[in-house]
This record gives sequence, C-alpha cells and structure tokens, in this order.
Amino acid sequence: MVYLDYSATTPVNKEVLESFNKTCLDYPGNPNSLHKLGLESKKLMDAATSKVAKILNVKENEVIFTSGASESNNLAIKGIAGISRGKTIITTKLEHSSILSTVNYLKQNGYTIKYVKIKEDGQVDLKDLEKLIDKDTILVSIAEVNSEIGIIQNVNEIGKMLKKYDRVLFHVDGTQAIGKKQINLENIDLYSFSAHKIYGLKGVGVLVKKENISLVPLIHGGKSQTVYRSGTPALPLIVSTSKALSLMYEDLDKKIDYVKKLNTMLKEGLKKIANVTINSNDKCLPHIVNISIKNIKPETLLHSLEEDEIYISTKTACSSNESVSLAVYTLTKDTELSSTSIRISLSHLTKEEEITYFLEKLQEKINKLQSIGN
Amino acid sequence: MEKIEMNRVILIKYGELTTKKDNRKIFINTLYNNINNKLKGLAFYIEKDLSRMYIEFRDEDLNEILERINKIFGIYSYTVAYKIESDITSIEENILNILPSTNFKTFKVETKRSDKRFPIESLDVSKRIGGLILKNKKDIKVDVHHPETIFHIEIRNDYTYIYFNEYKGIGGYPVGTQGLGLLMLSGGIDSPVAGYLAMKRGINIGCVYFEAIPHTSLEAREKVINLSKKLLNYQNNLNLYIVPFTKLQEEIYKKCDPSYMITIMRRMMYRIMDKLVKKYHAHVIINGECIGQVASQTLTSMAVINSVTNLPVIRPVACLDKLEIIDIAEKIDTFNISTLPYEDCCTVFVPKHPVINPKMDKAILEENKIDYETLINEIIDNINIMKISNNEEFNDLI
Repeated sequence: MVYLDYSATTPVNKEVLESFNKTCLDYPGNPNSLHKLGLESKKLMDAATSKVAKILNVKENEVIFTSGASESNNLAIKGIAGISRGKTIITTKLEHSSILSTVNYLKQNGYTIKYVKIKEDGQVDLKDLEKLIDKDTILVSIAEVNSEIGIIQNVNEIGKMLKKYDRVLFHVDGTQAIGKKQINLENIDLYSFSAHKIYGLKGVGVLVKKENISLVPLIHGGKSQTVYRSGTPALPLIVSTSKALSLMYEDLDKKIDYVKKLNTMLKEGLKKIANVTINSNDKCLPHIVNISIKNIKPETLLHSLEEDEIYISTKTACSSNESVSLAVYTLTKDTELSSTSIRISLSHLTKEEEITYFLEKLQEKINKLQSIGN
Repeated sequence: MEKIEMNRVILIKYGELTTKKDNRKIFINTLYNNINNKLKGLAFYIEKDLSRMYIEFRDEDLNEILERINKIFGIYSYTVAYKIESDITSIEENILNILPSTNFKTFKVETKRSDKRFPIESLDVSKRIGGLILKNKKDIKVDVHHPETIFHIEIRNDYTYIYFNEYKGIGGYPVGTQGLGLLMLSGGIDSPVAGYLAMKRGINIGCVYFEAIPHTSLEAREKVINLSKKLLNYQNNLNLYIVPFTKLQEEIYKKCDPSYMITIMRRMMYRIMDKLVKKYHAHVIINGECIGQVASQTLTSMAVINSVTNLPVIRPVACLDKLEIIDIAEKIDTFNISTLPYEDCCTVFVPKHPVINPKMDKAILEENKIDYETLINEIIDNINIMKISNNEEFNDLI
C-alpha cells in the first residue's frame, strides 16, 4: 500500500495507542470524582494538559480539549459570536468546510460574513483585510495552512496587525499546520487542531483560547476539563493527544527537512509527466502537493490509482462531493485546473520508493485514461 | 562534563556572599552545587572563582538557563557576557559586532583590568573603546554620571569579558548554607511564603503537613504536594512529612473546651514539630503565622502556644500585611494553588468562638484531659515521608 493522503488523516502511532490503552485500563476514575481514583485521573489529565500547553507555549488553562478540529472551529466561531457585540466576521475562501459552513450558518442568523482578498501567490491581502475591518467586526478566522494546496499564511504577521484592533479577535485553524511546521501562538487568540492529523486518535482535538477571552460553550454542563466544554473528560483521548503532540514535536525540523526532500523529488517527477500542472507553489507546506491533470476526471484517477493500492485525495476529504475546487480556483483563476485537481500529501513516514512507485503508476494511469478518451 | 567552546557566557556575581569572609568558600561551593543541580538536563560548564561564576552554554538553552537562574538564591546579579581573547584588537572588533544590536542614547565604558600583564591601563582602554563607540553609532553621547548603558570590559587572566545589561538575581544566601528547618505547611497562602523567605536566608527546608483524613480530602494533600513542588524550585530536594493527625484532633474535639480547641491543637502541633525537628536533625521550626491574623496568632495566643517548645520558631511573615504576603505568593506561583477551596485540618474543627487571649493554666488543664503523649508518640512513629520531585509524572503516558 502506498498511502499519500496524510492530510486527510494519519495512521495512529503505536506509542500513542499504547498510552490510550493504558489510560483506559489503569485510570478508570472520572477526573471529576473526589475519591482517590478520581484524583489519580485528574492528576493525569492535568499533567497531559500541562504538557500540551508547554509544547504550544501557552498556559494550562488555555487548552480546551474537544472532539476534533471541526468542534474546535465551531466553538471558536459560534462561541465568540455568542459573546460579542458586533456581527461581522472576516474569513477567506481557502478555509475548511467546518469554517465556511459555520460562518454560513451565522450568516443565516443575521451575521455579515466578509471574505478577504487572496493575492496571486495565495497569501491573504493584508491591506484588504485592514480595509474590511469596521466597528462591527468581531472575529477574523484564517487557516494557517490551507488543506487542499498547502498555502501557508503568515498568521504571525496577520495577528500582529490585528492587535491594533482591540475588539477584533483572531482565530486560526491550525489543523494542517500542527506537527508540520513550528508554530507560534503569540499573536493568536484562538487556535484549533485535531489529533488524528498528527498520528493521534480520531475523535479528539484542541482549541487554544487565550486566558483573557471568554466564549459561549457549545456543550453546556458542569465544569469538566474546562467550563468551556462540558462532558466527562475523555481522559484516554486527552492523554493520547498529549503523547501524539510530544512525539510529533520531537526532532520536528529533521522530519520537515526529510519531507522537503520528498517534495522536491515528487515535483521533479511530476514535471516530467505531460499534462500535469502543479498548483502548489513555493509558499506551500512541503507536505501537500496539489496538481491538476488535463482532461482527466480526478475521481476516475483516484479510483484508478486505488487499483494499485495508492491512496490520494481529490480536493480535501471533507469536500469531495463538489466538483470545483474553490482553493485551486482562488489561486489559479482557471476553471479547468480547479475542476481536475488532486492532492498528494506526504509524511515523514513516506519512503522514497513510494514516491517513485507513485510517479510510475501515475504516468501509466494517465496514459491509459487519456487513450480511452476519459 | 565536557567543556564547550563558545563566545558567550553567563556571568554571575555573588553579592552579599562577599561580605562573609570566613564562610565564603562554603557559600561559593554551595551556590556552585545548587546551580549545577538546577541546570541538570542541559549542556553547560561552570567555572568559579572568588568573585564570579562563568557558565558556558548552548545558545538555544539561554532562556531556559536564565529562567532557572532566577530561582537560585545567592545570586546578586547576572549578565550575558561575551568571552573574547584578551587583546585590544579583539576587544575593538567585538564591540563593533555588538554595537548594531544595542539601543541607547547615553553610555560610558568601564574597564577592570585584573590581568596586569595586559599592556594598556584600564582608563586608556575605556577612552579608546568609548571613542570607537562614538565614531560608529549615531546620535549618542558619553554620560559618566547617569548613562543609559554601561559597557563593562573585564580583562581577566585568560579572557576578557564584555557585557552591558546586568540583571538582578533573587539575592539571599545559597539554600543549604544554614542547615535544615521544618516548615509547617498548611495549604494556605502564608506558609509557602514563609518557606520561601526562610530559604532565601539559606535555610534548607522540609515541609510538614498535618492531615486529618477523612475530615480532610486527598485533594487537600494534593494541594500541599503541589505547593511543595513550587518550593522545590528553590532548593535541590525537599521532603514532605505527612503527619497523621486525625486521632489526636478527634480526641481534642471530644474532650476539650471548644473555645480552647485551636489553642490546644496548635500546642500539639508544636509538640510534634519539636520532636520532628530533633528526629530529622533540623534546627528550627518555621511557620506562616502572621501577627493578629486569626485567634491563634494574637501575641497572647502565640505565647501560650509557643511555650511547649524551646526551639527557635521562625515566622518570616509575622510582620507582613496580607497584601504583601499575597504579592510574594504570586511571585512564587503558589497563590493560585493556595486559594483552591479544599479544607485543611485547621479549618475542619473550628469552634464558633475561639479564645483570643487564652490562659496558660486553662490550656494545660484542658489538654490534660487527653493522653496526648501516647498519641503523639504514635503519630511520630507513623509519619509518611514523601520525597517531592518535579520530574514529570506519567512520562510514559503523556
């Protein structure tokens, strides 16, 4: 099997799974219970929270565990909307569906949603962003790394600019960035990510919310891990997330350098294949390579590669049903390219042989599909 | 330890230590050991002489090291210095290198030359370097009285050190230079601060926690453990002595006049402290009593309570206002733990009207209603000693 869809999800790391299993078996107590079993679980939960906080360089009470990045994104946006006086939210067209659908939902409920201009190189137009901000603006939400093409936004610079506007909070969806680049949350008010993109388990994510900010919870109940997210704390998931994050950030720079090497190798190979256009540019994360193939339906290619146990994505896994990629269109302004794009996503676990095999098979499939006039 | 070649060092000045002529060696060696201990896990190399320590480090560890150094008593001040060859050309080159990263309007240069083999006199070095700085940076001038920045040039035996920003350390004496004292640690705001201040004067502390399970919870114990961990930041190792106080406290509750309950409880605690100090070779009792704060902390109460021991009782916060105590508690990061709402043994059995001016005779009369000698001996035999550690727990899991 050649798995090249790491941006959709990652296989769980064995150590992470072990930490999950051990926690399930050895820490049965509810962290909210007063007795010894509860206390042991609480101590473990606090230690895990503290570790996550340390890696992210934030405070312990700024870490909220959720069921995943979609919940984190919902909590950030609806939570801020519920507590703020203004009704305008600014975002981009490059966002994940859990952002775009959430702001659409708010739009139906009387909020104004503005989309900031994206420059030719895929970067948010800072000047335009500043122009869009008015007295009614409460939140700016921008993904650090776009999931389809891998464009990295300079969220640090955007955050610094937004600091000028007291009322405007800055939410960053870090789902595709976490574990793939060094992150800096200094100028960011809210930051979402999930564990399953960093070899953790499905069903758990984090929202970092800076201490001085208040939110309306999505799930009401008693104080649990935090008051912002009720429900019995999912201790094994929380603990395993801490493990996943710790392992991911061990020697991260080395892992990134390796993926850069793979990225170069892949792009060199792709350039030699006729009718392939590489949509990801130099400002993109090396882990994501988005390409378009002339005259071939992406789904057909996906299934065709699947026959040889090669797994890739058309657009992102969460939006595969629509036919045009908004992200590719925003960057290329080309309908043809944006309706024929596929995403190859790499990991430090990817082997060079796998890239070679993929390139070989891709060429073969393209030849075949074009010959039958797909 | 491997010696690492680097051009920057952390230069540490001892301050008050230098006044302690006879004990100086002990002080310096203790400080040296304490720094070594606190920097464990990082790559570093320390050189010490009678007035300074020099720590060589890896660039990426600098912030971590400075953060740890800020919690070591006995350091008067520190700075990050450039360690360079002792010759005038090298000094000039390095000054020119540093200059662009500095920001000041007025300055002066101060040179110390302890290596008299160096051919240029201190004053001349200062003049020459001052001239160089003036020539190479715009809009600045020399101010010998109140300069914004002082460029220090210390020409020592093998190397010359250049530095310009000095930071204050937390001062005090190196922990351990005064021997062991036992701190009565309740979980409140005052006692951790008392422990911190005792450590500041060089006392190595052990913490004593009086526990009345099931009237107090395990969370209350956890709170005391977490406070102890914060105090451990300032010394090399720390024991927590957990005193099983339930039986004795229940006896007092059952048999003594309620208004004297607190007085008698405190007398019992002092008796236990007295025995623990002797048993564990400590020298003093330390606690967080603050004059007038509660019924047991009036002067008359203190006298009646204190009379059960001949040991010195150090009360570092006795004369501080609550807000002053809170300031320190916040600084040492214990305030948020102390204010967690778990009951300790002093708040479990609280009479409605504790006596404010207890009488000695009456206290003795009341406490003689219980066989406290036996109970105390039983307690001393059943002390639970916990070695406090800041090592991350659950490391395999998280």
